[in-house]
Amino acid sequence: MSDANSLSPAEMLPSAAAAKEVTRRDFLNEVTLGALGVAGLGSVAVTYQYFSPNVLFEPSTTFRAGNPDLCPVHSVTFLQDRQVYIVRMREGFYAVSAVCTHLGCITQWKPDSDMIACPCHGSKFKPDGIKIEGPAPRPLPHFAISLTPDGELLINKLEIIKLSQVLKV
Amino acid sequence: MATSFQSALQNLRETKVWKSIFRRGPANTNRTRSLAVFGNLFLHWMPVKVREKSLRVRASYYLGSISFILFVVLFVTGILLMFYYHPAAPNAYRDMKDLQFVVSNGVFLRNLHRLAAHLMVFAVFWHMFHVFYRGGYKPPHEFNWVVGVVLLLVTLFLSYTGYLLPWDQLAFWAVTVGTNIISAMPFIGSKIRFLLLGGNIVGENALLRFYVLHVVILPLVAFLLIGVHFWRVQKDGGLTVKPKDEDGKE
Repeated sequence: MSDANSLSPAEMLPSAAAAKEVTRRDFLNEVTLGALGVAGLGSVAVTYQYFSPNVLFEPSTTFRAGNPDLCPVHSVTFLQDRQVYIVRMREGFYAVSAVCTHLGCITQWKPDSDMIACPCHGSKFKPDGIKIEGPAPRPLPHFAISLTPDGELLINKLEIIKLSQVLKV
Repeated sequence: MATSFQSALQNLRETKVWKSIFRRGPANTNRTRSLAVFGNLFLHWMPVKVREKSLRVRASYYLGSISFILFVVLFVTGILLMFYYHPAAPNAYRDMKDLQFVVSNGVFLRNLHRLAAHLMVFAVFWHMFHVFYRGGYKPPHEFNWVVGVVLLLVTLFLSYTGYLLPWDQLAFWAVTVGTNIISAMPFIGSKIRFLLLGGNIVGENALLRFYVLHVVILPLVAFLLIGVHFWRVQKDGGLTVKPKDEDGKE
């Protein structure tokens, strides 16, 4: 720009006019490339949609977990199909995820040593999901737990709640 | 006997059909031999001349050729296995067991496919190390080195997608753990995992997706890149030969 400004107007005019001129070929090239770009982006978007399933045949994330009286106080009950532990302590109920926060293996409740252990890489957790030792980066999450009107436990795996929240029955 | 065979061959070469296919006369001079290579789709990416030094075992240990032969073995045995395998639960595991115990020679084909896959990963890595320590990545071979690295990744993806197909506990947990590693990627990790598995868990969709990747998409990519890789070896002036080899002293 500074170079162009230093030239006299008479010198500048022809080259500036030549630079500004858009030939029919340039115009059509740009329009075609633009249209192809828009179509390309659109096809990426619809392909992404196609590969994201709308209906999943996976276990439901909200489910009933039976009568609370079936779990004695100070017990951990593993629901294998749901990959959740129902833990009942003196202060109440909570639902702890059985999926290890390290790489997604299913942990096991060890009643003898009073802890939840992962068979894959050796992470250990307390019954309330607090990490005892790694490599798991986070404690096991607690899922929302409530009672249905007819008195059954209801667990919602999509809602993660704080470790301090317990269900009193 | 020999002369009658040669005259029969000569007569065959005179026929209109032979001439329409090969177009050239007998390959009896260097020029016509070269033309025979150039004019053949299956040979045209091969060199018309090879230096004797680059054929010595020490020059390459034939590691690239071994990798390719293993790829061909995997291609053939894989297609044969597809005749009995349904990529759906619970058929997949039963089909794998049927191949082991029921189908005639099924266990031979399955193990050939499995062992060739293990060997191919080994051979491709060894090939890469050999090329690296020989300086085969240096100009003018830089582009072919990058193609080779992509081929290594394709080999590993082929291995990994094939690992799920027996649909046993080993396969299930290997893919559960592996795809959880993907979801550790910042921002897009869990999206990529969802797309790869076709869901949130390793289920029917994941099996089908890994199957399609394993038998269609990745082999096509591998085939294309192997073609480019071989062609570039010749275009870049053949194998890298150590100066010591050039002297012939070693």
